[in-house]
Amino acid sequence: MPQRGKIWSKIDWLTAVIYLILLIIGWLNVYAAVYTESHHPLFDISTRYTRQFLFILLALFLAFSAILIEVNFYTFFAYVIYAFGILALAGVLVAGKEINNARSWYSFGWFNIQPSEFAKLAVCFGLAKFYSTFNLKTDTLRTTLIAGALIILPMLLILMQPDTGSAIVFLAFLIPMYREGMPPFILIIGILAGILFFLALILDKLTIILLLAVLSAAGYYLWQKKWKEVIVGLFIPAAFWFIVHLIDRIGHLGVSSFLQWTISLVTGLFVIAFLAIRYRLKKVFVILGILVASISFTFSVEYVFDHFLNSYQKQRVRIMLNLEQDPQGVGYNQNQSKIAIGSGGFFGKGFLKGTQNKGEFVPEQSTDFIFCTIGEEWGFLGSLVVLVLYALLIFRLFQMAEKQRSRFSRFFGYSVASVFLLHVIVNIGMAIGLLPVIGIPLPFVSYGGSSLWAFTLMLFIFLRLDASRLEMLR
Amino acid sequence: MDPFSNRKKFIIILAAAGFLALFGKLFYIQIIDSSYKVSAESNSQRIVTRYPARGLIYDRTGKLIVSNQAAYDVLVNPSQLQSFDTAALCKMLGITVDAARRAIDSAFRFSRYQPSEFVRQISVQEYAVLQEQLYKFPGFFVQPRTLRKYHTSGSSHLLGYVGEVDKSVIKKDPYYRMGDYIGISGIEKAYEEALRGRKGQEVLLVDVHGRVKGSFADGKFDRDAEVGEDLYTTIDLALQEYGEKLMQNMRGSIVAIEPQTGEILALVSSPGYDPALLVGRARAGNYARLAKDTLKPLFNRALMAKYPPGSTFKIMNALIGLKEGVIGTQTEFGCNMGIQIGGMFKRCHSHASPLDLRGAIQNSCNSYFFLTFRNIIENRNYKNSTEAYNAWRRYVMSFGFGKVLGSDLPNELGGFVPAEDYYNRYYGKNRWNAYTIISLGIGQGELGITPLQMANYAAIIANRGYYVIPHSVKEIENKTLERKFRERHFVAIDSSLFNPIIDGMQGAVNGPGTGTALIARLPNIIICGKTGTAQNPHGADHSIFIAFAPRDNPKIALSVYVENGGFGATYAAPVASLIIEKFLTDTITRPWLEQHVLNANLLYYNAPKRKNMVED
Ligand SMILES: [Zn+2]
Repeated sequence: MPQRGKIWSKIDWLTAVIYLILLIIGWLNVYAAVYTESHHPLFDISTRYTRQFLFILLALFLAFSAILIEVNFYTFFAYVIYAFGILALAGVLVAGKEINNARSWYSFGWFNIQPSEFAKLAVCFGLAKFYSTFNLKTDTLRTTLIAGALIILPMLLILMQPDTGSAIVFLAFLIPMYREGMPPFILIIGILAGILFFLALILDKLTIILLLAVLSAAGYYLWQKKWKEVIVGLFIPAAFWFIVHLIDRIGHLGVSSFLQWTISLVTGLFVIAFLAIRYRLKKVFVILGILVASISFTFSVEYVFDHFLNSYQKQRVRIMLNLEQDPQGVGYNQNQSKIAIGSGGFFGKGFLKGTQNKGEFVPEQSTDFIFCTIGEEWGFLGSLVVLVLYALLIFRLFQMAEKQRSRFSRFFGYSVASVFLLHVIVNIGMAIGLLPVIGIPLPFVSYGGSSLWAFTLMLFIFLRLDASRLEMLR
Repeated sequence: MDPFSNRKKFIIILAAAGFLALFGKLFYIQIIDSSYKVSAESNSQRIVTRYPARGLIYDRTGKLIVSNQAAYDVLVNPSQLQSFDTAALCKMLGITVDAARRAIDSAFRFSRYQPSEFVRQISVQEYAVLQEQLYKFPGFFVQPRTLRKYHTSGSSHLLGYVGEVDKSVIKKDPYYRMGDYIGISGIEKAYEEALRGRKGQEVLLVDVHGRVKGSFADGKFDRDAEVGEDLYTTIDLALQEYGEKLMQNMRGSIVAIEPQTGEILALVSSPGYDPALLVGRARAGNYARLAKDTLKPLFNRALMAKYPPGSTFKIMNALIGLKEGVIGTQTEFGCNMGIQIGGMFKRCHSHASPLDLRGAIQNSCNSYFFLTFRNIIENRNYKNSTEAYNAWRRYVMSFGFGKVLGSDLPNELGGFVPAEDYYNRYYGKNRWNAYTIISLGIGQGELGITPLQMANYAAIIANRGYYVIPHSVKEIENKTLERKFRERHFVAIDSSLFNPIIDGMQGAVNGPGTGTALIARLPNIIICGKTGTAQNPHGADHSIFIAFAPRDNPKIALSVYVENGGFGATYAAPVASLIIEKFLTDTITRPWLEQHVLNANLLYYNAPKRKNMVED
């Protein structure tokens, strides 16, 4: 047990300094985002910059407290904190205040608390505790499934609010899980499912099926390097298609081309399966299984999309996936954001000199689109500084996490770094038009108490764990 | 010790790739791509919404009913305002200085940098004057809009109207913004999504004086508006207008349907109003005036008024009686100015006696249908009269009564056919029987039926047992009609049972001998009809007539209601007859009948209830 005074000397001050710089940058830009010439009393509780100032004071207090608390407290109460986070998410669905059609907030007078922000912290604790279980085999499917359940539970509760953006953030926990030994194919399946989901909504079914079939053949070749089987495999359904097509032409049956392909593919697959049994080609079955699973997945996406969503929800999904642009809705914000950032040029227009962000062209200017203000007023130079600060912070955190001796601390560190990484990439990526619009805050910079406090606690609890890393072994 | 420690490399590479992608894109939009650069001269953009024109509305013959006219909104951008000659501007726009101040104040409150409405919908003439002077008023600019233009002075209940979208809609649907137009009632509301088209936008470069310097980023962010889709309605505009003319001195409604397709040919609710009253700047004032009018011109009687069906319901009871086998086509009942039933004498009017089913419909004998209804409710095949009543109700509901038909017109009401509970509450369980509710036999009592349901009822009889849900739109550009407007709904009565009833309806209009609606007779076309009288506790009874024609292969089925019109034969039957003649032959051969209808004076007049009036 270290002495009280000593703990401060063991804190990683580089991280803490970056944190402070980001807080200052954040406050200046929230001020700039809401600044108008006619409106500048410095202390006015109705303004966002004054509120943000108070939020920052409380955040510093929280950071301070997080350092003073004993490490044992964190490890001992980890599951309790997780449960608390889940309860808060469940409670907000009942007792929460509805803002912008989502029930995501507990209301306390002039400020609101968003439990989904704190849920990330709770999941850090729950998962870290779970992965530090004695003798846990981290590379089994079982472990991954249990950990997945711990992540999916809060995600579902957040999706029910509904707040898709905040739910997506929880995918960041796949990174620490991967680090601890999660089978890599789960990452690959996740990525493939995401791509297929997107394709299912933009391409027609026939194209996707044909694409999948060709990809399976290519996959088989890359795996086995045998031309013969691939050619036979492609030839069989093609031959069936030729026959079906010929019958249709001659008989003037008017069978749709979709049905023609379905018939030839299904019969073709049966023949291939039969041949595979005959010649004992087990690996063909693996490929066929993946193909069938992908096709069913594609169809179920379409089915769910067509039957369970109303036209408004469909529109939201399509806009989110950039399949549809509405002139003044979400796509509009992104265009405006790009205009603002792009107009900043190399040096920027100068503090408070931005015209685009003052024009109230971007409604979420001080929260999700705060990077607009940075990009416009501080230009490429300023944006680069912010990017570098984040990169320094995140790589530093990864490096520190790797140095931990206990799995609890290492997992916690990886989780914090990964959540920050996802937030930064998605938020800035969205503001500059690299990613679809997903409304999540930029850590320490965006306006808002809940996210600031939750990020602060995540960071400083890890700094506290790191300060005691030599005492923790497991 | 840790077999997975080499995985950190992959994670670091992943993170680095993410940061590199951000760096690259930032470098591109801030350094390389000059389209985002805004020069110091013209340092702000103005987003001008391009409003699409709403789709046009045509009648079934291709005649234009609704089109668009140009109008201009004057907008103000508070951040670009400089001192200007307020008086001159107000004079040009025809507003008071006070109103101008208020508009500018509220614009400031809304946003300093986004434009707000200053004056909306100025005419083309006002715009022409303003445009030359606009440079003197920095911060003001003009946005073209389109307003509705009507090519008829009626049809207002059917077409509905267009107005500015209100806050509750904006909250629910992200498409709408303050100041957008939306269909508020009628076809305009029902087909809003097709009619509205799609807004576009134009991003303009504007200098510090608010002058447009050109298109921003070569129009990269501009999007054209997509014009709304045109609608082809099922309405026959000539028929609709003729119906409105006939009803000009009466309160009531006409609903005419093409039986085989369920297409609404005309839907008149009188009194109506000129749809042009609800266009443009005068809308708010005119709307308030119409809403206060005691004749309730905004009330769509055709879809929302509920009346008891009166004697027209005798047909219903005849069909149920035949189906249940409690009467036959040859069944005769005697009637001597009424009968003794359930310990009471129920009056009828004078006619030959006894009558068979056909004659009873032709002469609308009350006694015959009291007895038929009693036989239905006392049917031994059911456990008790409650069960028999429930069976009766199921037949009635299969005709689309007592529930919303589901037409494409908004605000349609379902009417009322009492359920068992209603009588249980009123009389007590098992404390009621055929005699307690005997007035249902002649369509009086607790029934509430809308004119649309009644027209659909006429269509069912015309079709000998099925209906297609009535609808007002035939075709939307690029889209097929909803399936529910193509499906046939079969009622719970066999189609063979309709012919004897139709014989009776033919007799009522064409004889031989007596009939309740001989006034509606046409020489060359066989009209089948049935009169009715809806009891009105507040004054003279309402006159009802349902009909279809020609008898074989009917082309039109309709219901006509004339409030306080007395017997069905007085006004409702002549109106129906004229409508049928107009639709089938496009001529009017009986000017005297038309004159009789036009000379009615029932708009303000509410005749006192006549005592001892007997159902016709
Ligand atoms: Zn009689």
